[in-house]
Amino acid sequence: MARNPQLNRHGELQHLLTTEGLPRDVITRILDTAEPFTVVAEREVKKLPLLRGKSVFNLFFENSTRTRTTFEIAAKRLSADVINLNIATSSTNKGETLLDTVDNLAAMQADMFVVRHASSGAPYLIAQHLEATGRDHIHVINAGDGRHAHPTQGLLDMYTIRHYKRDFTQLSVAVVGDILHSRVARSQIHALTTLGVPDLRAIAPKTLLPADIDRLGCRVFHDMAEGLRGVDVVMMLRLQNERMQGSLLPSPQEYFKFFGLTQEKLALAKPDAIVLHPGPMNRGVEIDSAVADGKQAVILPQVTFGIAVRMAVMAMLAGSTT
Amino acid sequence: MSLPDAEHLLVVLADQIRPRVGADTALVGLHTGGVWLAQRLHALLGLAQPAGSLDVSFYRDDYAKRGLARDTRSSALPFEVEGRHLILVDDVLHTGRTVRAALNELFDYGRPLRVELAVLVDRGGRELPVAPTYCAATLDLPPGQRVKLAQDGDTLSLRLTGS
Repeated sequence: MARNPQLNRHGELQHLLTTEGLPRDVITRILDTAEPFTVVAEREVKKLPLLRGKSVFNLFFENSTRTRTTFEIAAKRLSADVINLNIATSSTNKGETLLDTVDNLAAMQADMFVVRHASSGAPYLIAQHLEATGRDHIHVINAGDGRHAHPTQGLLDMYTIRHYKRDFTQLSVAVVGDILHSRVARSQIHALTTLGVPDLRAIAPKTLLPADIDRLGCRVFHDMAEGLRGVDVVMMLRLQNERMQGSLLPSPQEYFKFFGLTQEKLALAKPDAIVLHPGPMNRGVEIDSAVADGKQAVILPQVTFGIAVRMAVMAMLAGSTT
Repeated sequence: MSLPDAEHLLVVLADQIRPRVGADTALVGLHTGGVWLAQRLHALLGLAQPAGSLDVSFYRDDYAKRGLARDTRSSALPFEVEGRHLILVDDVLHTGRTVRAALNELFDYGRPLRVELAVLVDRGGRELPVAPTYCAATLDLPPGQRVKLAQDGDTLSLRLTGS
């Protein structure tokens, strides 16, 4: 069997590319490691020396202010030097290939690449290229590739769920919305199944479900009232207008009517159910403001935990023995 | 070789510290043995301030070589560090590197008035200019030998481990 490309020969995290196939003990270790990092944010000096002298390159081939910012904060709190490159607006426009860009930055003594790319598999390609050329001391973190994966988002969602609900093996979890276009949903679903969630549900219109949804281990619902009944966790997804091709939906208003999360629909879940959303939210499209600002929403804690989880991933990567 | 009784050393250490304790004094235990000791000392000394704890994993100088420890815990200092008299508490003083890491971490919480060091055992082998303020016993151990504190129920004891 081929070696898991994310782990080194000691079984330690070498790159973080996807939550698919990531062993349960590695996921658990990331979540455990993140916990003490949450405390650091409340101190006088919010910095740790772990990545002192290291250079982290944020390689964003696709725009994202929030994700880039949280990675930047995470790296800076670990004392790394952070270099942000918005390649959407630079050298690839002049014709440079992805791997030429990577080689140039590696020649600038990069220690870590945080990669966001519109094409699925781009971070994997970079990781493979670095290893094939003997530069396996450089680590790659996938910050979102196409429709494929967004592992740090998936992991911070797991951290959030564990924080409020403790035991994954007792939970009913619903993933709601545009699963077809969502790399977040894939990363969530793989992590949830690995962590042993016994009742995992996908709620979406037929047009927004991927063809392979059955193989992902989800029970599929096309009706919110049915799908939300008795769940502990509701994971909302953003309706990705910019990725919609053709007419998958009649209108945002109609989508809200059937799949928007309102207080009435949420009342069908357990009384202590929590609501997650990866942001940015489309209020009045996939989620009602009363829910987004309500007491069951844990959307802002997700953002705070996200920094600690990204710190944990970076600290584990930089501390792995090659 | 026979090791001294940790429960007896604990009383000796408390007696050394007692005359120097003020209203502003707080103990800070270093994971793991130091935290057990700090809790016991806290009760023996009847301190007003709760005891804090530090896990110095994020400040260790061997992180680049050995990575993060598997069971890193949160540090907790349930008081203002600024202007306070702090006593770092550890079970065994050896190379001094843990104390160096602890001092670095402490100053990221604020500027203490004074920091002292209390250890149950000084076993020698220093690699940094660090000396204890309070020390209940000294042991002369060969470089490969290690000694650490164990907790069995409520009872503390010293144990020898391999290198």
